[in-house]
Amino acid sequence: MRAGILRSPSPLPGFGLSFGIMMAMLSIVVLLPIIALLGHGLAIGPAELWGMVSSRRIRAALVLSFRAALIASLFNLVFGLALAWVLVRYRFWGQRLIDAAIDLPFALPTAVAGIALTALYAPNGAFGQLLAPLGIKVAYTEIGIWLALIFIGLPFVVRTVQPVIEEVDREVEEASATLGARRAYTLRRVILPTLTPALLTGFALALARSVGEYGSVIFIAGNLPYQTEIAPLLIVIRLEEYNYDAATAIGLAMLLISFVMLLAINAIQIWSRRRIGDV
Amino acid sequence: MSDVAHSVHRATPVTTEPRLTRRILTGTVVALVAVLLFAPLIAVFAEALREGWAASLEGLSSPDAHAAIRLTLIVAAIAVPLNAVFGIAAAWAITKFDFRGKAFLITLIDLPFSVSPVVAGLALVLLFGANSWLGAWLIAHDLKIVFAFPGIILATMFVTFPFVARELIPVMMEQGRAEEEAALTLGASGWRTFFTVTLPNIRWALLYGVLLCNARAMGEFGAVAVISGKIRGETTTMPIMIEMLYNEYLSVAAFSLAAALALLALVTLFLKSLLEWRYADLLAATRRH
Repeated sequence: MRAGILRSPSPLPGFGLSFGIMMAMLSIVVLLPIIALLGHGLAIGPAELWGMVSSRRIRAALVLSFRAALIASLFNLVFGLALAWVLVRYRFWGQRLIDAAIDLPFALPTAVAGIALTALYAPNGAFGQLLAPLGIKVAYTEIGIWLALIFIGLPFVVRTVQPVIEEVDREVEEASATLGARRAYTLRRVILPTLTPALLTGFALALARSVGEYGSVIFIAGNLPYQTEIAPLLIVIRLEEYNYDAATAIGLAMLLISFVMLLAINAIQIWSRRRIGDV
Repeated sequence: MSDVAHSVHRATPVTTEPRLTRRILTGTVVALVAVLLFAPLIAVFAEALREGWAASLEGLSSPDAHAAIRLTLIVAAIAVPLNAVFGIAAAWAITKFDFRGKAFLITLIDLPFSVSPVVAGLALVLLFGANSWLGAWLIAHDLKIVFAFPGIILATMFVTFPFVARELIPVMMEQGRAEEEAALTLGASGWRTFFTVTLPNIRWALLYGVLLCNARAMGEFGAVAVISGKIRGETTTMPIMIEMLYNEYLSVAAFSLAAALALLALVTLFLKSLLEWRYADLLAATRRH
C-alpha cells in the first residue's frame, strides 16, 4: 500500500479502506472530469484556445460574468457585514426569522430563484411596475444579473463574518473607549481589522460562486450576445451547437478563475492565521 | 447568556452605537432582507396560486411533472447517500490519520464549490461523451452516461461533493482519536468502534451535512442542464422541467413545481435551524468561519 509509506503510524484501523473510498470517489466524480477538460484543452493547443477566448463574443461574456460578480460581491461585502453586525450585536423583533432566512439562497434552487426574481422585476411585475416610471429597468438588463448574484452570494459574507463578530472581545472595545476613542474610531481601527480576514474570505467565496452562477441568472438576464450573455450560458450555447472546442476554451478560462479564487481563499486563511492566530 | 450580554450592553453604552444609528442600521438591513430574500420567496407562491389552487395542482399532476418529481427524488436518493459515504470515508482518513498532502487533498475536496456547475457539466461531457475514447468505449458496450440517468447522478454528486465531508472534518478533528483508541484497547473491532463510538458522536453533524447536500442535490440546475440533454419525461429533473415550462410560457405550471421545491427549501431551513439550536456544540457549521 503506497500511501502507507507516507503516513505516520496510528493504532486505528481502516486507513486503507477509507482512503481508498475517498480517492476512488474523488477521482471518478471530480478529478477525472477536470483532467478530461484540461486534456481536451491541451489537445486543442494554447494558441488556438487563446484565439477563441479573445474572440469578441466570448471575451464580452467573460468580462460580464466577472464584472457582475465583482459588483454583486462588493455589495454583499458591505451589506453582509452590516447584516452580520446587526444580527450579533442588536436585539430586535423577528431577529430569529431574519437569521434563519439568510440561508434561503443556499436552500432555494437557483432556477426557482431565477424565475421568482424575474416575476418580481419584469416590467409588469410587483417591483418592476414601481421602477418602470422611474426609468429603471432591472429584468433583462445587467442590473438584473447583479440582483441575481447578490441573492445567491449574500449568505457567504454573513456566515463567514458572523462567528468572528461573536468572538470579538468586548473588553478591547471598552479599553478603546476608556482611552478616549470615539465609537466610530473604535469600529474602524479596533473592530474592523479583526474582521478583515473573515470579510475577505466571505467576499472571495461569494465572488467564486457568482462568477460561475448560471441558474438564477439566465431567466432575468435577457441573454443578448455582447450585452447580457454570461460566460456559463455561452458554454451551454456552444455545447448545444456541438462546438466542444469553443465550450472547452470558455470552460478553461472559467476554471482558471476558479483556481485563482481558491488560491486567494487559502492565502487569506494562512495570512489571517499568522496575523491573529487561529480564530 | 444573552440576558447577561443584554444587560451589560445597556449598562455600558461605550461598546455599542448610538440608539439612532442602531435603529437606522437595523431598519435598513431588515428592509433589504425583506426585498432581497423574502419577496422572491413570496413571489414563487403568489405566482403558483395566481389562477387558484386547482390550476396549481393541475400543473403538478401532468405526466411530465410526475416524471420530473420522480426523477429528482431518485437522483437525490442515490447521490446523497453516496456523498455521505464519501464524506464519512474522507473525514475518517483525514482526521484519524496523519499523512502527507492532507491540506492539498482538502483543497481538492473543496474544488467543486468554486467550479461553475456548467463547467462541471462540460467536464463530465468531455470525459464520458461520444467524442472521448472512454465515451466511445462505453457506447460500444451500451453504457450511456451523457444525456442519460448516470450522467445526472454524476453531475449532482459533483456539485454536492464537499457538503458532508466539509461538515464532518472539523467536528471529527476536534473530537480527536482518544475515544476510538480506548474502544480498540478494550477489544472492540474496527467496525464496532465506528458504529458505537464514532457514529453517535458525529450523527448530528452528519445529518446537518446530508440535509444541505440533499437541498442542493434536488435543486441542482446548471450541471444537470448540460449533461442531461433535457429529454422530456426521461432526463428532466424538477429544475429542468421548471425551465422548460417557463420558456413555454406555462407560468402557473412552472411556478407550481417551483413552489414544491421552495417548500422543500423551507423545510430544510427549518430543520437546519432546529439542529443549530439544539445541537450547536456538536456541529461544525456554527463554529466555522
